[in-house]
Order: sequence, then structure tokens, then C-alpha cells
Amino acid sequence: MTDPLNNRGRKWFEALTGSDGKVEGNPGSLMVAEATLGGEKAVFVGVAPDANARFPRTGHTEVGLEEGWYGTKNLRAVIEADKNGPKRPIITVCDSKSQAYGRREELFGIHVAAAAIIAAYADARAAGHPVIALIVGRCVSGSFLALAGQASRMIAFDDPEVLIHAMYKDAAARITKRSVAELDKLGETIVPMAYDIGSFNKLGGLHKLLKIADPDTPAPASLEQVKATLIEAIADARKSPRNLDARLESDGAKAFRKASLKVRQMMTEQWAAC
Amino acid sequence: MTFEITLSDEVLALSARRSYIELNARARALQLLDDGTFHELLGPFDRVESPWLPMQGIVTQSDDGCVVAKGKIDGQPAVVIAMEGKFQGGSIGEVCGMKMAEAFRLARLDNEKGIPTRAVLSLESGGVRLQEANMGELVIAEIYAEMVALRKHTPLIVVITGPTGCFGGMSLAAGLASYVVMTRQARLSMNGPEVIELEAGKDEFVAADKPFVWSVNGGAQRFATDFADVLLEDDADAVTQAVTELFRKGQPAQLRTDKYELFIKRLKFLDPAKQWVAEDIRNAWKAVAK
Repeated sequence: MTDPLNNRGRKWFEALTGSDGKVEGNPGSLMVAEATLGGEKAVFVGVAPDANARFPRTGHTEVGLEEGWYGTKNLRAVIEADKNGPKRPIITVCDSKSQAYGRREELFGIHVAAAAIIAAYADARAAGHPVIALIVGRCVSGSFLALAGQASRMIAFDDPEVLIHAMYKDAAARITKRSVAELDKLGETIVPMAYDIGSFNKLGGLHKLLKIADPDTPAPASLEQVKATLIEAIADARKSPRNLDARLESDGAKAFRKASLKVRQMMTEQWAAC
Repeated sequence: MTFEITLSDEVLALSARRSYIELNARARALQLLDDGTFHELLGPFDRVESPWLPMQGIVTQSDDGCVVAKGKIDGQPAVVIAMEGKFQGGSIGEVCGMKMAEAFRLARLDNEKGIPTRAVLSLESGGVRLQEANMGELVIAEIYAEMVALRKHTPLIVVITGPTGCFGGMSLAAGLASYVVMTRQARLSMNGPEVIELEAGKDEFVAADKPFVWSVNGGAQRFATDFADVLLEDDADAVTQAVTELFRKGQPAQLRTDKYELFIKRLKFLDPAKQWVAEDIRNAWKAVAK
């Protein structure tokens, strides 16, 4: 059994940066470190398990109030520091089970904490920082939106434990009044409902689906493979517009997001006509 | 024999008031735009519907639950996006989500061209449409990207009146807004009460306890703790007036999502070891002012 405190996100963060990501003043669940990548400095950010989490509904890689607000503060500091110079790439290492579900969280406005880190990633991208999401494990619901959604390029490990979805299967079954077996059946024909990363990749959101020898162990060869993929994605992002259009212009989108493309085309025409 | 009934001014005012909550999405867009300026984009006759719902035997709606209308507010170019809570709980699927993202994108492009177009998002939403799950996640990320880009040019106003309220992915859209307008009836929170109770148990959240739920995420609490900028009665003309006044006011001094120093101060002030009630948050906000 793997150590829950030493999850994939932490392992890959540490392998990529040579640091545990701890920064004075940050909560223990937030990893932030600068490391060299492809001959330049890059900033790595991640949410880690934290046995000493202040908030009882966090600590198992959830995006909660502290992760949102301190994450925002750290990202804003990067944007500010690079304001007049070269923009360091920002790598968001994603292995986060979900947002935090709790009363304190709602009272304190977790919707703004999550919006704040989203805005920080989006502003970083718009300012010229290549933002690359490296999805090594779970990235579900609010954690996908908060940590990966605004990335210039998203890279995911091609592995059964990698999960991007709107909601975990058991909860989604309850809410939609279906059985888990029915959901599985629907996922076979309705691609956006499927739970495997291969199906997610079909929608065109990912820049790359990366097959790693052992996703739980950042062995030297795998580490080099990941670094090379990140470096390529950074270069690709730098020569493209600073928006999310790469997703919509992908072959996957052409096949599976025909309705999205139709909306864009028709809205653009109708907007111009009135 | 006739009876004469005398009504107080208060009662007369109430009976003259038109509800915003009872308006459907299209009527809300009409209500917010100046008379005679409403021009719907990708309307029901364009028949761009969800491609995913029929595959699951679910009836589609020809606007996919989202009305986008271009027009004017207070004489200035504007776009209104209104979600229809009665269709699939105002959930965000591919088509309605994309309509929203495109409305923001086109408004931003106009702003960049020197046409100062403002945007209002009238929300009724339970969050992502689970029948289009990952498509919804992708589209919602694209909505956020466009909101962050647009709010640099113009105030972006979110209106939440209920009855559905605003949850999940769209609560974060409210978080990104320049201004949030709410009624007492409206609720705004990231996770729905049932989901929290399911995940964390009844000690954490009692979804069936309505006064408790509203004490956490209702309009009055959200306004008292600065998550909403305006608290209104359910009055259609008052909503229009509030939106107009906020646009006249211009950009807020600081966006909510930029207030990380303040929120971190508050986080340090509150003790997370104990369970909180609505009053704790109101007190903390008073104690840690600016």
C-alpha cells in the first residue's frame, strides 16, 4: 500500500524540483518551488497531503480555503516579480481529489477562494507565463477547475489512476439517479461521461497523454521523459496565443466538440450582424 | 351595496411590483436590456441543442437553457446571458456553456476594438451538467478564462435571485464577477447542501434544515459578509436599476479575487478547530476590516 502522505503529486513535485515545496508562511498542503527546466527557471506549484491541516475537511489533497488563497498569493507574487522581465513557466503538478466539502468552507466563501486561484492562473497565462498542468493523479471537479483548467497546455499521465471528471462515480450515480453500472454503460457511448483518461483525451483538452513506465515512481528515465514533454509544451505555449483556443482547435475537438465549434461560428456571425 | 377597500401605500407598492424570480431566462434578459434593444443570439429557432442529452433519452431545449441577448443597458452596448433554472437545473453543458463563453469573448473583442460592451450574467445553476460531465468541465474552464479577460475592460455583473440559486462551477463564476447582486431568496455556494451532507455527514451540514442552509449561503448572509454587493427585494425593476447603478459606478476599487491579503488575515483570525456559525463569519469580517 502506498503512503497517503507521499502521494504521486508529492513524489513528482519533489523529483522535478529537488524540493519539498515548503515555503515559510504557506500552509503545509501547498508546495511551491523554483527549479531549472530546459535551461531556464520555472515555478512549480502543487497541493500535497498534509497530516497537520488546520481545516478538518482538508489535508487529503483537497483544494480548500488555504490552498485557494495562499495559492493565489504565491502566484500573484510570481506574476509581479516577472512583470518587467522574462516570464517563468509555471508548472501546476496536479494530484488533488476534489474541492473541500465543509460548512466552514462555504461560510468563508470557498467559491471565491477557488475563483481567486483560477484568476491568478488565467492572469499568469495572459501575462505570458506558459502555464502547464501536469496531471499525474486525480484532478476531479473543483480541483480540475482550480488547478488545471486555466493551463496553456494540459499533460496527463496515461494511467488508470489518473482521473479527470466532474464528479466521482458513486456520487454522480446518486445525483443522476442511476446505478454505477448504468453510468459505466453510458460512458461507453457518451464520451464526456466516461471515467478513463483516454476518453477525456478524445475531447481535445489535453496537449499530451503521456505513457510512463511506472507513474508511482519517478525513475530517472521517466523523469527525463516528463521534463522533455514539459519543455516542449512550454515552447509550444510560447508561440501560441495566450488563451485556451488550442483545446478548441485540436483534432479531438473537431471530432467531439462539433457543437462547441458551431456555437462559436454562429455566435460570431450573429454578433457581427447586430 | 358596494364595499370600499382602502389599501395602504405599502400594499399598493407590493402589488405593483413585478417579480424577477418568476421571470424565465428570456424575460430576464428583456428586463435587463433597454426597451427595444433586445437581440437574441443563437435563439431557439437556430436549434443548436445538446448533442449529448438525446443519446440518454433526455428531452432537449432549443436554447439549451441559456439565453444570450445583445442590446443596450443605460444606453451603452451590453450583452446579457441568462440561465434558465427550469431546464436541467440550470446545469452547464456543452452548448449553453459555450454560448456563455462566446458571449464573453465577443464582448471582450468589442471592448478591444473600442466598443465598450458591458456584460451581465443572470445565474440559476446547479453547476456542471453531469450528463455532459467532462465537456462541462472543459467549457466551464473556458467561461472562466473569458470572464477574467473581459473584466479587465468592463465591470462584469452577476445577478442571483433564485429560486434555483447558484452552485458548483457557476458559484466560481460569481466569485470572478466584479459585482454580485442577490435577493434574500437566492443562495450562493460552491457545494450544494446535499453534497456536503453526503460527503461530510450531518454534524457538518443538515441539508433539510432550510433556515440553517440560508444562514450559510443565503443572500442576506452573503451581503452581510461582502460576497454580494447589493441585496434586493424580488423586484424586476429594482434589479435593472441596481445593474444600471453598478455600471455607472464603474470598476470596483479591488476585485474580490484580488483580496488575498485580507482573506488570509481573516483565515488566521478564525479558529478552524471549532465548527462555525454564520455569526462567526460576520464577527470576523468586522474584526478584520481591510
